[in-house]
Amino acid sequence: MTQSMESRTPVKSGPPAPAAHTSMVRRFSDAVGVQNISLIIALVVLSAVIGSRNSSFFLKSNVVTIGTTVAIVGVLAVVEGVVMLLGGLDISVGSAAGLTSVASAMVFTSTGSAGIAILAALGIGLCTGLFNGIVIIYGRVNAVIATLATYAAFRGLANLISNGRAQGYTGADSVFIFLARGTIVGIPTLVWVLIVIAVVAHVVLRYTDIGRNIYAIGGNSTAARLAGINLNRYIMGVYVCAGLAAAIAGILLTARTGSGQPTSGSQGLELQAITAAALGGTAVKGGKGSVSGTLLAVLLLGVLQNGLTILNVNSFWQDIAQGALLIIAVIIQQRRRGVRAIGLPD
Amino acid sequence: MSEGHPILLAEGISKAFVGVQALRDVTIEVHAGKVLALIGENGAGKSTLLKILSGDYKPDAGHLLIDGERVEFGSTADARRSGIRVIAQEPEIIPHVSVAENIHVGELPRRGRLLDRRRLMQRTRDDLDRYGFGAALDPSMVGSRLSPAQRQLVEIMRALAGETKVIALDEPTSSLSDHEVESLFRLLRRLRDDGVALLYVSHRMAEMFELADRITVLRDGAVVGSRDVRETSEQELVHMMVGRDLSNMFVRKPHERGPVMLSVRGVSNEHVHDVSFDVHAGEVVALAGLVGAGRSELARAIAGGDAITSGHVEVAGRPVKLRSPRDAIRAGLGLAPEERKAQALLLQRSVRDNVSLVVLNRLSRAHFIRRGRERELAQRFVRQLNIRTPSIEHPIGELSGGNQQKAVLARWLARRPKVLVLDEPTRGVDVGAKAEIYGIISELAADGIALLVISSELPEVLGLADRIIVMQSGRVTGELARDNASEESILALAMSDELTGSGAQP
Repeated sequence: MTQSMESRTPVKSGPPAPAAHTSMVRRFSDAVGVQNISLIIALVVLSAVIGSRNSSFFLKSNVVTIGTTVAIVGVLAVVEGVVMLLGGLDISVGSAAGLTSVASAMVFTSTGSAGIAILAALGIGLCTGLFNGIVIIYGRVNAVIATLATYAAFRGLANLISNGRAQGYTGADSVFIFLARGTIVGIPTLVWVLIVIAVVAHVVLRYTDIGRNIYAIGGNSTAARLAGINLNRYIMGVYVCAGLAAAIAGILLTARTGSGQPTSGSQGLELQAITAAALGGTAVKGGKGSVSGTLLAVLLLGVLQNGLTILNVNSFWQDIAQGALLIIAVIIQQRRRGVRAIGLPD
Repeated sequence: MSEGHPILLAEGISKAFVGVQALRDVTIEVHAGKVLALIGENGAGKSTLLKILSGDYKPDAGHLLIDGERVEFGSTADARRSGIRVIAQEPEIIPHVSVAENIHVGELPRRGRLLDRRRLMQRTRDDLDRYGFGAALDPSMVGSRLSPAQRQLVEIMRALAGETKVIALDEPTSSLSDHEVESLFRLLRRLRDDGVALLYVSHRMAEMFELADRITVLRDGAVVGSRDVRETSEQELVHMMVGRDLSNMFVRKPHERGPVMLSVRGVSNEHVHDVSFDVHAGEVVALAGLVGAGRSELARAIAGGDAITSGHVEVAGRPVKLRSPRDAIRAGLGLAPEERKAQALLLQRSVRDNVSLVVLNRLSRAHFIRRGRERELAQRFVRQLNIRTPSIEHPIGELSGGNQQKAVLARWLARRPKVLVLDEPTRGVDVGAKAEIYGIISELAADGIALLVISSELPEVLGLADRIIVMQSGRVTGELARDNASEESILALAMSDELTGSGAQP
């Protein structure tokens, strides 16, 4: 047996097909990706259904509402997507956002400076990410377990420092007002924050060696290590980014509600972020996914939530719908990978 | 032939896989109370034959007779019911349950719905005592704490449950110490005396002469012959194992060698022991040996993939501190690993991504990859190595094995290493691509790169190498120069062990 069975794939020989033969549709779908096209179709269909039931869905004020609700989840989802690309997972982002939210409000109350409050939040976010990274890398703890633990611990810490109550009042500060309700060229500041973070993430993933290495580690960590990539540095990097994203989400949350919230508003953000990333085509095993897919999925989830609200559907259904979407997204992924139904799924 | 009718007769067995004839009209017979040893080079078809006996594979032609009755196996359970047990090289042990549960897994004694632990322990203890291993194995010991020999023992005890007529063992001693081998042999002899027929696959000559009654030699999927153990010699068996037509073999033109580029000094870790050798610039050194000799482990240690516990490695005269593959790459050493798909390729990514992986930092400015230069690089190597792909953006997972391997080579060539370690560079590669890869290796040597090539195919080793280093059980057992190397001399070193003394270091 000198030859193994690997060589089954036929050799694709001959020159590449001339561009003229590739149809417009094919080129479009190659550029946008099948995953994104199906998300766009789902988005259009969903909007049409909701809009036909209640035309106020299309009002500018409602579109702005969707945009601002989606922004906070979006920030977390984009970065969660990067963590998942690397083959990791961060369940603690929602709790970390709650922690940074109360902390920033408390710092604001005692210093009166929005700038210091924001810096404090970012510093705490950085620490939460570092902590996750250290536990995962040096404790050799599985990422799900590690961040499940810190999910509980960060939430506890948030409640502990705030006595479980909303903290401070930031609703009168101009910086927080600008973050919550301001606009730049007609687009809400909240949405701009998401746009900036998404663009940075996209550029890093697409055009830098850092991004390539993230895809490489997620796709095949053994190959990546043998190719000389320092895995620990990247693992630490993405978890720190997730911590910083949680801090930004926490600051935006404080700005929107006008006070620091230990749990309300941040609870469940991790679920939404993970759902959006998976629904957007990020492989749960890593190595595959894009920022554009995640953004489309965030938008889809936002529209769904908004639609269920304006159609007066019991709000508990929203959680059920979201859970169902997460499972469906992963089932579709597994089907497309052609996973055999043997043993435990990985 | 032997007296009486055989318990197991496999007659005219043939089996082909995609493009490869693994077994051709193979007939073996195993008698009750006798040990038949099966030997052959890597890829001679031993494992395929065992998989047919265990019911994993269905033969394309031929049939099996047990006690003169024809049987057909649709599954491994069928084979078990017929009284055949095949014991894998690495026994499947459930780590966190006891020896007793491991032995009786699937048929644990119960009282109602509850596990009858007392009866389970008692039964296991009785069985162990019956075979004289009461002292060697504690039924309550947890699976993960067993030594390799104890794992074999558990696997054999498991095999003995129910009516057992034939036990086939696939290289059971490969991870055992001498002492453990002795106790295993004691058990096997006892089973033989109880009337069980044993089929014993091994790479070690001495063992066969110690244990077997008859020896059957396989080569390239066919039986070369069978010999009674009293009427044959090591020389004859080795000669039977090789002796193929070498006329159309690839032969590389040797070049003048330069200074020492790779120097391995007393390298040891848990898989390799005190390995030392040099590779010069422009030289191709082959690491030969049988599967499991520790060659890939050595390659990984040299490339920083596995930790080294003692000894050191020098590249171009400078000692390299090997903490990770990164250090080896920085020093100018590249490794194209054995398992292409699992250890080298990003299957979902493009050919371009895969080729540029280790030179991204050279291709980028302030972390931004200069895409034009990257494309140019990928295109250059696709042309130079004749990688057949629709475009450099094509997912590498869809290419053939040979083209994937060439892409892995391209990845390292892009880095321009001083030393290149290639682990089984032609495995799973079709004949045409094989020749191309040989050509590439030749050119690299001519360019002054030091090459260390691991190969399990002896013609390949003989055709490519300037020097051949032979390993067995994690140690170097000898070194052969191109001119005095032959398949026989390599195999003799690869299969030698302390018991025969024929493989003493020159």
